[in-house]
Amino acid sequence: MSRRRIWAIFRKEVREYRRNRSVIYGMAILPLVFAIQPLIAVLRVSTEASGGLAHEHVLLYMLGIPTLVPVFVAAYAVAGERQQGTLEPALTTPIRGEEFLIGKALAALLPSLVIAYLVFAVFVGIVEVKAAPNVAASVMQPVDLLAQLLFTPLLACWTVWVAIAISTRSSDVRVAQQLGVLASLPPVFITVMIALNVIEPTPALAIGCGALLIVLDVSGWRLVSGLFDRERLISGSH
Amino acid sequence: MLDQVSAFEARPAGRSGPALDVRGLSKRFGDRVAFQDLTFEIGRGEVFGFLGPNGAGKTTTVRTLGTLLAPTSGSATVAGLPLAPENAVEIRRRIAIMPEAPGLYLKLTVVENLQCFADLYEVPHPRDRIVSALRAVNLADRGQDPCGTLSKGLRQRVALARALLSDPEVLFLDEPTSGLDPVAAREVHELIDGLRKQGVTIFLTTHRLEEAERLCDRVAILNTTLRTIGRPSELRDQLFAKSITVRTLNPLADPGKVFAGLKGVDSWHMDGPTGGYVLAVSDPSIAAPAAARALVEAGADVLSIAESHHSLEDVYLELIAEDSEASGREA
Repeated sequence: MSRRRIWAIFRKEVREYRRNRSVIYGMAILPLVFAIQPLIAVLRVSTEASGGLAHEHVLLYMLGIPTLVPVFVAAYAVAGERQQGTLEPALTTPIRGEEFLIGKALAALLPSLVIAYLVFAVFVGIVEVKAAPNVAASVMQPVDLLAQLLFTPLLACWTVWVAIAISTRSSDVRVAQQLGVLASLPPVFITVMIALNVIEPTPALAIGCGALLIVLDVSGWRLVSGLFDRERLISGSH
Repeated sequence: MLDQVSAFEARPAGRSGPALDVRGLSKRFGDRVAFQDLTFEIGRGEVFGFLGPNGAGKTTTVRTLGTLLAPTSGSATVAGLPLAPENAVEIRRRIAIMPEAPGLYLKLTVVENLQCFADLYEVPHPRDRIVSALRAVNLADRGQDPCGTLSKGLRQRVALARALLSDPEVLFLDEPTSGLDPVAAREVHELIDGLRKQGVTIFLTTHRLEEAERLCDRVAILNTTLRTIGRPSELRDQLFAKSITVRTLNPLADPGKVFAGLKGVDSWHMDGPTGGYVLAVSDPSIAAPAAARALVEAGADVLSIAESHHSLEDVYLELIAEDSEASGREA
């Protein structure tokens, strides 16, 4: 495995994203959607009603960001290169499939993590500064903070592999993005159920979900590696 | 451009054996035959032309030899390595393929594109290589331009620079002058000439027959199967009888009497509406003087006596026409 080749793909991808407005807008708007609604909801809560927040898990809404943001770039990873005719020249180089995929995955994962943690930090900062102290204390539950920190990379990783897997089988970027969003919805659904207290968050549930995500992430990597077939990608045969 | 090409190091005569050795190679996609039973050998430093109509299997052959597609049967050695999955990375390290479509990252600058590929090939001293490659294709002053702003011809040149980055032993060029204006095409031809002098083996796929004739040491004509292979002059000789064309001011009264029995002349016929005579000959250097003497003796006013030349295009069209007729008969 060559770090230089992985870095080449990573750097190329990041440079392309920075110059692609649709990617920038997509990666910017979605986090705002997930941050603004709960932020408004929290800031409107009066001091007297803050007790109710202790039974909600507002912070968990923010896990939607690492679950959905990586789709925009990861779905582009292979389908986008095919669409613009750049996949074949890249695959004629000595790069191995694994190096190509890791470069692509890191380029989707790392900016998504930066965005997710950044938006989360801004959210926490605004709540601390603007919300009433007892409201802020109700929102900032240590367990939710920990869940945010730990589950963000696991969820983002899962989304990256799912979106890249779809991207290897799709010739259209938009279709890959739409399917990627659909495939990422189950974790979002579970998170929302927990946030709404439909599913009670317990340490056992957290450990179970964490273990499941680790298994899914490892399986995702294996799945994507298996799907990455140069011949099929070049000739379009199935 | 030749001086700029010399910025690349001359290839040391290290590895022995042919650059490409293909034995009975075939590729099928399900029931469809892309190419079948290809056998040929290309020497190191040779410029080899690969011609054929659309759908003949040229690009699939390049992709197969470039380890992008697995052959269905047969074997090959590419840049000294057997064509096998375990050698794929090393083969791709030793070769470069310039596909027909440049396939550049349009949002990146020229230098950023080349930087990416220099890293993918793990080229030592990438900056120097990028500068040399850009000079070689006359794009040294366009390095900071986004590729999306370049014309098709300039993009083609960037793709060529990209193929040169890794100093490949075998360079596969798929229609390298497609979309280029005559001046740019000529520059590419000079570049290929320069690379040949440095010992780079070039596998040139082209539709431009005059380009193949001018640049290639040998050519192969492919139409799913290999129709012929050889030097352009050999192919002409194989396919067309040698002939000389005679033109006179006025038609000869009795051409049969003039040409029959002439030394070196096998047969003759009128050259259509132009009023000349075409003599099929075994050796033009014997037949032409004999014909000149006979014409003078017959009192003819001779305008010209010239050896007929068939182009590679004639060879190509003849072979492809044969295939079309054969498939028409089978249908």
